[in-house]
Amino acid sequence: MIEFRGVSKRYSGGDVGLDDVTFSVERGDFVFLVGATGSGKSTVMRLLIKELEPTAGTIRVAGHDLGEIKRKRIAYYRRNVGVVFQDFKLLPARTVYDNVAYALQVTGGTRREIREKVPDILRLTGLSTKLHNYPDQLSGGEQQRVSIARAFVNHPPLLLADEPTGNLDPETSVDIMRLLYRINRTGTTVLIASHDQAMVDKMRRRVLELAHGRVVRDEATGFYARDETTREFARRLRAPSSRPPGLA
Amino acid sequence: MRFGFFLRESIRSMRRSAAPSFAALATVLVTMLVLGVFIPIVQATNGAANSVRGRVMVDVYMRTSATAADDARVRGELLRVPHVGSVQFVSKTTALTQQSAQDPQAFQLLSSNPLPDTFHVLPDKPGNVLAIQRALTPGGGMLDPMIQTVSDRQQDTKKILEVTNLVTITAAVLTVLLVLASILLIANTIRLSLYSRRREVEVMKLVGATDWFIRWPFVIEGMIVGSVGALMAIAVLGATKIALLDPLASNWTLIAAPRTIAFSVLVVVLLAAGALVSAVGSGLSLRRFLRV
Repeated sequence: MIEFRGVSKRYSGGDVGLDDVTFSVERGDFVFLVGATGSGKSTVMRLLIKELEPTAGTIRVAGHDLGEIKRKRIAYYRRNVGVVFQDFKLLPARTVYDNVAYALQVTGGTRREIREKVPDILRLTGLSTKLHNYPDQLSGGEQQRVSIARAFVNHPPLLLADEPTGNLDPETSVDIMRLLYRINRTGTTVLIASHDQAMVDKMRRRVLELAHGRVVRDEATGFYARDETTREFARRLRAPSSRPPGLA
Repeated sequence: MRFGFFLRESIRSMRRSAAPSFAALATVLVTMLVLGVFIPIVQATNGAANSVRGRVMVDVYMRTSATAADDARVRGELLRVPHVGSVQFVSKTTALTQQSAQDPQAFQLLSSNPLPDTFHVLPDKPGNVLAIQRALTPGGGMLDPMIQTVSDRQQDTKKILEVTNLVTITAAVLTVLLVLASILLIANTIRLSLYSRRREVEVMKLVGATDWFIRWPFVIEGMIVGSVGALMAIAVLGATKIALLDPLASNWTLIAAPRTIAFSVLVVVLLAAGALVSAVGSGLSLRRFLRV
């Protein structure tokens, strides 16, 4: 699904964003990208939505070489990638319903399609009662749910989340992670950038660690419970932080 | 069906950001008002200057003994002088009827006609009138022995040419400056109102909206604001015209000068300028925010 080959990114000021990074993510994977601030997590995300161009190397997403996508086609490429941000990035002048509907209007969705799909996705994300609220009337967790609903309403094959729980309390974070896991179970590849080490350890999913723009770790944390239900998943996340059995 | 969506989007954003939209509207209103007053004034000024320049000419007076054959010969000679545009002949009898019409009592005292045959020599361009005068009086003499005198109004002509030149150039410069200021003022106001919405544009881009999908509502909004502003300016101008200018026009010739723009044309010009400048301004100002 995602393939980075020898990707480097140098910013114009001379800062190194990424330094010869190579990794790949399979279709349907649930992968964490961890690392301290400035390690290059956000650079990876911004490269994947083609907000930035790599200085060297090639990035392939779903078989497409991102370097070959022309400026005019970027918008169409982005429709296949759902993005969730730490600061939600909702449109403040629109209701929850309209925020999600906008993602469909952009792709030329008909009114009927919008009437069918938007309530569906809002039910999935547990926002059915907040349809007509504006973003500033919602809690942080609810806003993040709206942003996830918007990212997923087109059912993109790839979902990127840059610090999705960065602004949220632990309990709400679990809910958000659970929602992302539910989306992953539908077959969507999910890539999450996070510096919440405890959360990542509990999730027991594949972890890619970056430091100073290089990949320093790429492994599954603990045993890999790929097919657990979302309920089991959530229960495990809420459990007090304990190293899973079998790990020293 | 797309257009309906874009229209709803622009109306929604105007409702949400009423203050910046109102500022843009007021800016368009004021600039269009100034422009609407200025266009006829410049035209009237230019028209006045041009009609003054049109009256610049050289008069050639024949000797009273000149025959019709002499007149024909001199006419040919005059037409051969460089820069001469046209030559008007006024015979002594015509001149007498014209003059006596102005002052019948004085001319009734005369038994014979003291007036000479006259040629009005009009230059091809007003600036060339002095050159013609020099050509008609080579070395202080006359071009033809049957010419009595050539009018000598060098000082007056020079002054007229200079003043009218200055008026025309000043009007042109002012027009350019005013148009430039209008465009900058409107563009700047639009940019301010867009700046407050740059985050919104950023989000739209991230969801996968194409540049034009984002741009159309802003362009339509600019068009609406521009047209409404221009319409209000037109209403004010129209009221002023009916209440103030039309009653005055009958006894003040400058206002009644036929060469100023017709009000209907002015309406179209202002409406088009208001809508176009605002729409293009919105579209262009958005460019910098679209680079995400």
